[in-house]
Amino acid sequence: MSNVQSTVFVALQTNDETRPIVEAIERDNPRATVTRMPAMVKIDAPNRLVVRRETVEDITGMEWDLQAFQINLISLSGNVEENDEELVLHWNR
Amino acid sequence: MPVIAKAPGYKGDVRDRVENYRGKQLLYVGWDDHMMFPAPIALAVRPEMSFGEFVNEVLPATAYPAHPDWARIDWSRVEWLRSGERFTPDADKSLADNGIGHKAVIRLRTPGLEGLRGTRN
Amino acid sequence: MEKTTATPPKKLGLKEKYALMTRGLGWEPTYRGADELYDQIKFEGIKIHDWSKWEDPFRLTMESYWKYQAEKERKLYAIIDAFEQNNGHLNVSDGRYVNTLKLFLTGITPAEYGAHRLFAMLGRQFPGVGAAIACQMQAIDELRHVQTQVHTISQYNKFFSGMSEWRHMTDRVWYMSVPKSFFEDAMTAGPFEQMIAISFSLEYLLTNLVFMPFMSAAAYNGDMATVTFGFSSQSDEARHMTLGLECIKFVLEQDPANVPIVQRYLDKWFWRGYRLLSLVSMMLDYMLPKKVMSWKEAWEIYFVQNGGSLFNDLSRYGIRMPKYWEQTVASADRLSHETWNTFYNFAGAAAFHSWAPSDEDMAWLSEKYPDTFDQHYRPRFEWYREQEAQGKRFYNNSLPMLCQTCQIPLNASEPDDPTKTAYREVEHEGNKYHFCSDGCRDIFCHEPEKYVQAWLPANQVLQGNCFEPGVDPEAPGFDAAAELFKYYRLTPGQDNGDYRGSKDEANWLKWKGLAPADAAEAA
Repeated sequence: MSNVQSTVFVALQTNDETRPIVEAIERDNPRATVTRMPAMVKIDAPNRLVVRRETVEDITGMEWDLQAFQINLISLSGNVEENDEELVLHWNR
Repeated sequence: MPVIAKAPGYKGDVRDRVENYRGKQLLYVGWDDHMMFPAPIALAVRPEMSFGEFVNEVLPATAYPAHPDWARIDWSRVEWLRSGERFTPDADKSLADNGIGHKAVIRLRTPGLEGLRGTRN
Repeated sequence: MEKTTATPPKKLGLKEKYALMTRGLGWEPTYRGADELYDQIKFEGIKIHDWSKWEDPFRLTMESYWKYQAEKERKLYAIIDAFEQNNGHLNVSDGRYVNTLKLFLTGITPAEYGAHRLFAMLGRQFPGVGAAIACQMQAIDELRHVQTQVHTISQYNKFFSGMSEWRHMTDRVWYMSVPKSFFEDAMTAGPFEQMIAISFSLEYLLTNLVFMPFMSAAAYNGDMATVTFGFSSQSDEARHMTLGLECIKFVLEQDPANVPIVQRYLDKWFWRGYRLLSLVSMMLDYMLPKKVMSWKEAWEIYFVQNGGSLFNDLSRYGIRMPKYWEQTVASADRLSHETWNTFYNFAGAAAFHSWAPSDEDMAWLSEKYPDTFDQHYRPRFEWYREQEAQGKRFYNNSLPMLCQTCQIPLNASEPDDPTKTAYREVEHEGNKYHFCSDGCRDIFCHEPEKYVQAWLPANQVLQGNCFEPGVDPEAPGFDAAAELFKYYRLTPGQDNGDYRGSKDEANWLKWKGLAPADAAEAA
């Protein structure tokens, strides 16, 4: 084992489609840190991070298929659990 | 385990075997404390060549003389290493008789000359 | 038609949809045995008891796969078209930038094609339907990446040197043997090793180092074409990475006897990948005119932090951090300098340009590498610049000694001393073999019969093999360099050498109105 504090992350392209997703992630994950770099945004969180369909839909007022998340996804880290409602990234320890 | 393979007893073709060098052999040379040269160099030399001929004719045709330290080398004080161990080559004997075989690596150390402005570069 | 009461058809959930569209696609062989059909899955010693335990966390069906991939493609080509129509190449930060692309595109495109072949073979080898489908999707993804990169090469090749013979060069040019042999090593391994090599070690653990800081830097340097194909590829990578992690968990959970085998694969492919990424380290620190992040910072974030989290998670299976990872941290403030110096030295035989860093570059390097740059690396670059000022640009005219495993020149220093070259030597069946590091030596020692076959470019030149048919290296007046360039299909004085004084530089200055028009030849 390494002695680092485990973090999960997701990185998305910076564009119009991801703006509400980033906002939703910030809203649902108070401990997340958002880092903006040229053309991309990286969001780290200790141990667990959730992307919720409903929060994104609340922000945009439109229906959103969670799997469409993949179109603008650059990278992620953590075990992935996905269903129709949410995508969770987590480490088990 | 010499290899993880489906076929039992699998053997690889040794691509750098000495027979492939048309009577020559591979020789690697490094110059300690001169890290400006990123890696030791690779040469093909005749094993019957004398060590003196190697120093006087082969080495001057390599990249090493481009270094400002080269012209200042006192060859009588150069220390030689063969596979990382100090040895004293005999200039009149062949490379083979100096124990320098195929794919040997030899290094020279030039005491007092430690690279560009003494920075080991 | 008879009207029924208005119960809306039940919408299938993701899990059900995935189950219906992937399960039941396999079959039990009847007239041939399963061992005969899947003949490669046993020899590595990995034990799988139940293939149905394989989980695809994204639960992507072919139907949604095509839908999302098509959308990615539409976005990608719209941007590449716009880039081309608007002379996007003129908007990059500096002409030097394009050399980063030359190395990246000519190195990675054949590697992606290698990955395509590898996953096509894996899709055939795994008996589990979930695994086979994931591999097939990935094989298609990799082919898509090759295509997007070829389109990008096609655009840049109209204006810059060094890219026109990329397909040919991948089999011949010395530094191209590094990515080429890496993928060939993976492709010739057993299926589980292939999966752990590429899906897990390369994609999960290491590609973030390529695609995140480098693609973000491409954007910062005004290169929309590259950012676009890069991020488009990387969105597939995210799925591949997840597959890599699922694969490793699946194998570890199937049988405790798999743990030491997987650990050895991790140790090996972490080290192989780290050596390969030395090329990326010099892109970040030396080749980008506008820099986003140093190699050392990137390694700290993406390996130490993110990789550390991953290994914390895997420790419950008895998996530890990859062997020699501490050395990669200790060498993080040396790797890019050692690598760039190699290309500065051997620029005469490379199909992209190198250069000595400017005052501004060196100030940045001093700031990012306070413990090493001024002491160890600045002196050599200052001397190179003095030589250039006198019209004597230094080129190393010797051939480098190469590592038998990673095929990179022996340019790595001792883990505890940046002023000493690391030499590692092993005797096997009467022959000596040499390595750049403990990691590369250990890989050889485990499977010498594989690596004795390495086609080491420098040694092949010395054997007289890197010349066109009919050329006699023993003939009087034989010009080895000129004949080697013909074999490489490298145009000397145009594709190679220093950026300063190159045709690329002259064109760039002309296009940007920075020099009199007659200073440059027409493109």
